[in-house]
Amino acid sequence: MKARHAALHLLSILVGAAIVVPILFGVLGGFKDNGQLFTNPFGLPDPWIPGNYTDILGSGAFWRQAGNSVGIAIATTVGVVGVGAMAAYIFARYAFPGRETLFTVFAIGLMFPFAVAILPLFVLLREMGLLGNPLGVVLPQIAFGLPVTIVVLRGFFRGIPPEVEESAVLDGAGPVRFFWRILLPMSRPALGTVSVLAVVGSWNNYLLPLIVFNDSRWWTLPLGVQQFQSQYSADTARILAYVTLAMIPALLCYAFAERQLVGGLTSGIGKG
Amino acid sequence: MVIIERRPAAPARPPVRTRARRRRPWPTIVLFLAPALLLFGLLVLAPIVVAGYASLFTWNGFGVPTEFVGLENFRRLLVDEIFVGDLRRTLLLVTLSILIQLPVSLGLAMLLNQPLRGRRVYRLVFFAPYVLSEVVTAVLFTMIFSPNQGLANHITRLIGLGDLGATWLADPDTVMYSLFLVISWKYFGFHTLLYLAARQSIPPELHDAAATDGAGPWRAFRHITLPLLGPTIRISVFLSVLGTVQLFDMVWVLTGGGPIRSSETLAVSMFQEGFKRFHVGYASAFSMAIFLISLVFGLLYQRFVLRRDLEGAVTTMGDRR
Repeated sequence: MKARHAALHLLSILVGAAIVVPILFGVLGGFKDNGQLFTNPFGLPDPWIPGNYTDILGSGAFWRQAGNSVGIAIATTVGVVGVGAMAAYIFARYAFPGRETLFTVFAIGLMFPFAVAILPLFVLLREMGLLGNPLGVVLPQIAFGLPVTIVVLRGFFRGIPPEVEESAVLDGAGPVRFFWRILLPMSRPALGTVSVLAVVGSWNNYLLPLIVFNDSRWWTLPLGVQQFQSQYSADTARILAYVTLAMIPALLCYAFAERQLVGGLTSGIGKG
Repeated sequence: MVIIERRPAAPARPPVRTRARRRRPWPTIVLFLAPALLLFGLLVLAPIVVAGYASLFTWNGFGVPTEFVGLENFRRLLVDEIFVGDLRRTLLLVTLSILIQLPVSLGLAMLLNQPLRGRRVYRLVFFAPYVLSEVVTAVLFTMIFSPNQGLANHITRLIGLGDLGATWLADPDTVMYSLFLVISWKYFGFHTLLYLAARQSIPPELHDAAATDGAGPWRAFRHITLPLLGPTIRISVFLSVLGTVQLFDMVWVLTGGGPIRSSETLAVSMFQEGFKRFHVGYASAFSMAIFLISLVFGLLYQRFVLRRDLEGAVTTMGDRR
């Protein structure tokens, strides 16, 4: 039993190392210079060179990109959760002809890839004058985030007993009031789940900002990282520092919302 | 899926059924549904329809398409070695994922299910790459695979494979395997987590009973765990295939589809044709190929494989309450 335990530990540590080593390579590499990266790829930096990090943090471009990413993620999340919750409420609690067909259209939307729509979306956004405008990223992100939001929230809303709604109606609440004052506050766990999914999706989106933002003023972090890479292609250490800084918000957010994210992914996978 | 823990407060008055709300539901339905329908219709459905329409034209993306060519773009697609190569590469990645990535994820989930000190930390670490964006991951691994200062070559030299490790992303013969390595690094934690959640929802009595009957760990896994994980495994295969068919960010940043287009995926080819060469009509044919493959695979898979598992989500029809 002891030997088996040790073997298990060893295996877990090996896999954990395979995950962690590339990240550590990035973090520590940012503190080295290119000579050190070549001669001493594995060890701690000697000496530690914080210049790569301080340059980036002092440059303004990084902060602007991070700010854009945050703003776009917040706008997307508020939009998709609000619009999605309203639709999910109707799908969960109102019976009307065509409801299931309509819901199925949204649900099949889970399988529609961004890449399919991107060309006509580009043309459409150009016609609407939304190229170079954050709305050109936010609105499509909301639209493409609706399927998962509606599927998860409808499942949750259906679980709320009808008596709750009936007593609210008895107390004189209309549907808007019930939705806003009772249903949403009761649904905090599910709202948390879909919010985290929306934040992660928006934060990581690359293709849409790539085609919408020509002007670096609106660039998000993924665009910035890639641009930085092509700009400093020979300066590995500097790129590693940038990558590390771009990873930190996502990893912090993950450490903070781990349960919500994990619970959301494993429950949103369609077990109803 | 979700269990509500909060119980509603008992109604203050006797629950007299009222029809007040049901009498005029239409204004509410329209008010609440309109924003979602508008956004989804305009920005998801319409573009997909337009892509289908544009694929019937030779069009540079400006003005209205006029040069109607019917199915010519699709005929060209089928004899385009890039397209055929895209399909072959997609199939390669799908096969590698199903044969290597998913079984390894399953194994790790079983591992994490054991009483092991620091299990929570491992779980946290295994899943971390999933939250990184594909672009950040790709840039990090471009550096790792870089010929001189990259980690990959240092490691292969360290374990005595020095000559093998020179090429990685630069060689058409190895680029797809390097790509697979990065995809696995990023996504195996996600699958591990799915399996782990499913494994932990199996009642322990089943394994206790098997142990009492003298079944070893392998037999218990084969005859109890594996069948009960069936739904989760089928979902994870589904997500893995769809993800591979639609792969873009990772490839675009890691290789740009190169060297000599040897790592292009369908979406990368679409992007090249549409946004680099302005062959928007032909690019739309690539889009439609991605769409049709995803949709046909998705629907067939749901119909024949997931039918038993997906009660209540995507396939629910006529289940009114």
